[in-house]
Amino acid sequence: MEQIDFVYPTATRRISGRSHVGVVGSGDMEVLLEPSIQDGAQVHITTSVAGFRDTWKAVFDRFFSRFDGAVQIQVNDAGATPGTVLLRLEQAAEAIK
Amino acid sequence: MNKVTGTPAFVTRNSFIELNARARARILFDEESWREMVGPFDRMESPWLPMQDVTPEADDGCIVIKGKIAGKPAVAIALEGAFQGGSLGEVSGAKMMAALDLAAKDSREGSITAAVLLLETGGVRLQEANLGLAAVAEVVSSLLALREYAPVVTVIAGTVGCFGGMSLAAGVSSYVIMTREGRLGLNGPEVIEQESGIEEFDSTDRAMIWSIHGGEQRVGMGLADVLAEDDAENIASAVREFVSAGKPAQYRSRKVALYRERIAALDISHQIDPLALRKEWGKDVSHGEKQ
Repeated sequence: MEQIDFVYPTATRRISGRSHVGVVGSGDMEVLLEPSIQDGAQVHITTSVAGFRDTWKAVFDRFFSRFDGAVQIQVNDAGATPGTVLLRLEQAAEAIK
Repeated sequence: MNKVTGTPAFVTRNSFIELNARARARILFDEESWREMVGPFDRMESPWLPMQDVTPEADDGCIVIKGKIAGKPAVAIALEGAFQGGSLGEVSGAKMMAALDLAAKDSREGSITAAVLLLETGGVRLQEANLGLAAVAEVVSSLLALREYAPVVTVIAGTVGCFGGMSLAAGVSSYVIMTREGRLGLNGPEVIEQESGIEEFDSTDRAMIWSIHGGEQRVGMGLADVLAEDDAENIASAVREFVSAGKPAQYRSRKVALYRERIAALDISHQIDPLALRKEWGKDVSHGEKQ
């Protein structure tokens, strides 16, 4: 298991509402997305698979290149692939629109 | 199936099994009547899993939804089979017990509140063994208290099934609804094979497992009440019927003498044929199949 944190200071658009998608089942993950109490966005990941920090960073960089909400994101991951991760993040973002 | 040119029913139906626990629970309620209690944003995670290098889930795999079913107050408690095999830990056990106790309290005070258990679980979570065992005892005792006032409906849809300590919860429920895909048993196939040997039970023999633990057999033997198709509306309507029906005339778990007699009468000199057993035990079963 590994815990990873990222911050995205440029994601400053205020949002309302929160969303929860996914399940911590094999090959899947859950996302809790809610308004951040600070400026910018914070990401906290707990993953069952250690050693993939760079891959997580790449996926979140891609996500925040298209999403600018000041959100707090918590991910509980049970081995989701990068494609599944992005899909879950986009589902969570869509649900608060 | 519709006409030859039409789309088959198994394609158009809304599968219940394919829904996650939260969606399964929601679909049972009258529209806009429900709210989730102690949801993921309350972050009641298991404190024990991260210590053992296991990722926790924000709701600990136990979803509690309160609302109205067929116009009557009800609470649904769903275990998420995809998270740690739907296992019961300290937090999920406490959520389940608290929900049942609150339903019993409301029922005693005049607002009869039914409980629906959606059980996809292997039983106690091994990482939290003692706390999980304590939780099972508490849940069963809460169930026994609640069923004096209101119906407790268990749904075992599959595909995890309902085993271990939680099979006791199913056993003391007022009503049990199963699908063909669902399984119910005290010990799971792997455990039986591990304890008694492969000659006794081959846990890779799926046909045999379902012929013993499967929903069709359990309903046929009278150990569950309704065999439902894997269709969300079909299962929701079976739940509504039992919630409306209120308490049963007699509890299966009270028929101790009957089952002792039946078990004593079994001829164990040879392997018992599941179909023969179903015929023998099922002769007084009055419930039909729900299509």
